[in-house]
Amino acid sequence: MAEPMIKAQNLTRMFGDFTAVDHISFEVGKGEIFGFLGANGAGKTTAMRMLTGLLVPTEGEATVAGYDVYTQAERIKKQIGYMSQKFSLYADLTVRENIRLYGGIYGLSDRLIKEKTNDLIAMLGMQELQDQKIGSLPLGWKQKLAFSVALIHEPQIVFLDEPTGGVDPITRRQFWEQIYKVADEGTTVFVTTHYMDEAEYCDRVSIMVDGRIDALDTPSGLKQKYEAEDIEEVFITLARGAQRAE
Amino acid sequence: MKPIRVQNLVKEYGNIEAVKNISFEVEDGELFGLIGPDGAGKTTIFRILTTLLKPDSGNASVLGKDVIDEYKKIRPVVGYMPGRFSLYQDLSVEENLTFFASVFGTTIDENYELVKPIYSQLEPFKNRMAGDLSGGMKQKLALSCALIHKPKVLFLDEPTTGVDAVSRKEFWQMLHRLKDEGISILVSTPYMDEAEQCDRIALIQEGKILSIETPSDITDHFEKQLWAIKTDNKYRLIQVLRGFEYSDSVQPFGEFVHYTDQRDDFSVSELEEYLQAHELQGLEINKAKPGIEDTFMRLMEQEGNHG
Repeated sequence: MAEPMIKAQNLTRMFGDFTAVDHISFEVGKGEIFGFLGANGAGKTTAMRMLTGLLVPTEGEATVAGYDVYTQAERIKKQIGYMSQKFSLYADLTVRENIRLYGGIYGLSDRLIKEKTNDLIAMLGMQELQDQKIGSLPLGWKQKLAFSVALIHEPQIVFLDEPTGGVDPITRRQFWEQIYKVADEGTTVFVTTHYMDEAEYCDRVSIMVDGRIDALDTPSGLKQKYEAEDIEEVFITLARGAQRAE
Repeated sequence: MKPIRVQNLVKEYGNIEAVKNISFEVEDGELFGLIGPDGAGKTTIFRILTTLLKPDSGNASVLGKDVIDEYKKIRPVVGYMPGRFSLYQDLSVEENLTFFASVFGTTIDENYELVKPIYSQLEPFKNRMAGDLSGGMKQKLALSCALIHKPKVLFLDEPTTGVDAVSRKEFWQMLHRLKDEGISILVSTPYMDEAEQCDRIALIQEGKILSIETPSDITDHFEKQLWAIKTDNKYRLIQVLRGFEYSDSVQPFGEFVHYTDQRDDFSVSELEEYLQAHELQGLEINKAKPGIEDTFMRLMEQEGNHG
């Protein structure tokens, strides 16, 4: 791998005597789409919080975009984008206001924000919706916009936490095409999902069980190794072995 | 007396038509699925049938009782698990279940056999606050609470959303057991792969039912020959396929891209040559059987609304 954008070595996080993330090691390359799977409670969220500079690890090493998670968390935050289905945009601000808010948070100049806002609205074909409040838009639109806003400061890595929950199958696929596009342009994509067919859209997939990464390979490599028809079968084989009582 | 009967149901919120003239019936002991994305109107239908919301027009009845005139007779005999976790977060697991039992004038002991397969998994944590449970456990507790008064009809609004694949599979096994007990179940889900677990499904989109069928019959609506295509670079494959002059639909599907051609008689070799000319490596083209998700997308496109 040319230049790893994410590098984790024995990354660990304890809460009291509970090991939420247990010595995980992996690398994610530039422009790679990396699927981060695991059952509820396997430790995905804790791992993501460490990689996004929100939580200090108990043990182990990690760098994100070349910055150390212990000492350079603020630099990491400037280099990454984040989007979650649970929270992303402000419902009572308009499309334009949301873009401006995020542009401002990431320290873009007023001129650049204006330029980006117009580009973004044109690219998404949202001209007629630009002065509507986000809360009134269909979920599919919100998600497409949230994704673009997460990329407004041209981050090197974007973290997507269950980005496609609840949308219709066509919109879900349009969303994935947006992901392919930015990955093709060199952005690294780190994504979690409960849709197992989406795992197949990733370049490589890791599966977390009880805080560990129990499998990490290309989707076809995983299917071969576990003699499975699809990733769902691989996932169920691995996650069934979980000891942790949620 | 059908467990659920819905006729020409309409509900608007301001000028948003959430439910547009919907009709369907659920048979005795049937596991019936409402399959569709957020905003399709699923929750509104649940709220009307559980007598929490009045329709603007149309009729609905549960076990022969009208949802408006006889709502008091419906409430004691139905169980409802809303989409949003709505148990008391600051009561323990056991306190929540005891509370729901007492509201319906019964006790845990009286109906323990029915909830046992589900609740026994939670018993080791019965003193834990409901708010501290994981997603999968909250879901099991919510189902136990919806069942504790032995309802005849069960309403489950997106019980598996945000839940991992293993817990989802277990949840559906539980539903099959309840169905075997004779409980009629209306369940909604945005996961198309779960549709196959139902006896019949209604595909629903923007307040309208696109089709009601058994899971195996519904794919008959997909009239085109479907092709599953694979290469080393999926993103390029999608782009190149879209550029093919006879391209009809191009959708990523797991490791494949599903493709239909505008023409009824087309030769695979022609497509193969076209793709090879664009230097796509590791090419595989196979005939594919359309699934429920393919069918749903087809029906959505025919309705002309997507995105």
